[in-house]
Amino acid sequence: MRKVFGLPVVVVGALFAAAPYFIAQAPYESTMGLIQKIMYFHVPSWIAMYAAILVCGVSSAIYLFQNKPAADRYAVSAAELTVLFGSMGLVTGPLWGRKAWGVWWEWDVRLTSALLLELIFVAYLLVRKYGGPGSEKLAAAAALFGMAVAPFVYKSVDIWRTVHPKTSVVPTLPKVMAGPLALTALAFLLLFFVLLTLRARLAERQAVLDELYLAHED
Amino acid sequence: MRLLTALCSFVLLAPRVFAVQQAPPGQSEYVPIKDLPPTDQMPAAPLLIAAYAFVWIAVMFYLWTIWRRLNRVEAEMGALARKTAGR
Repeated sequence: MRKVFGLPVVVVGALFAAAPYFIAQAPYESTMGLIQKIMYFHVPSWIAMYAAILVCGVSSAIYLFQNKPAADRYAVSAAELTVLFGSMGLVTGPLWGRKAWGVWWEWDVRLTSALLLELIFVAYLLVRKYGGPGSEKLAAAAALFGMAVAPFVYKSVDIWRTVHPKTSVVPTLPKVMAGPLALTALAFLLLFFVLLTLRARLAERQAVLDELYLAHED
Repeated sequence: MRLLTALCSFVLLAPRVFAVQQAPPGQSEYVPIKDLPPTDQMPAAPLLIAAYAFVWIAVMFYLWTIWRRLNRVEAEMGALARKTAGR
């Protein structure tokens, strides 16, 4: 376990430690100034959330159609991480918006759909916790629904009129801003990988414990 | 004739061109910071620090919950193993 985690933990720690320096070196955006620097962890938290949704959805599909318990363990782990990274995006976004837009929250398409996407995966976890026997399959179906909704949330800014910037902004960033953003995105994706492996390990140990209880009762 | 056309064009178009290039009117009086729109008055640094701190706190809290749950599972496994051995 230590071998698996050693290098990624060191790399994630180094990236997160170095990130503030590179973010501070990046130039100010013309209209927003300092507050725009929230982008360097707001955007990566959504990237990590989309990665978590993808893992959760694909693992849920494997569990539903091939009935592999290991896939279910990865699905529940990724669902927790979806909620974690989604909450980062939903908290850092309003902090940015308060200064840039003058409001904490706006009920427009992007913000509302992102909140609903987060709630789908909160519902997944609630079904898993309180749904009783067989709730794994029901939750897996909810995860597939969440995975299908995610692309609409991402593209919503291009389809509907919204206060949120469009998806075309990030590819047009100059190198001095794109560099730190790529670094923090990499840090968040590695953090996602480390947390996913750790959480899946917990799910595996819980499965072993459940089997021991069953054997003990017999 | 060409010269006349050029002169007429200049006279007709010049006001528009110069109107676009005009600098904004100068500030006529002192404006205290409290009279600026609320978003301009608000300092950005506390919001930026709050966002960065939240990310760290969320990750640390999640790691702590995993560590706690893993310890609980391991403790239950140990207890179960002792109970089985005692039979």
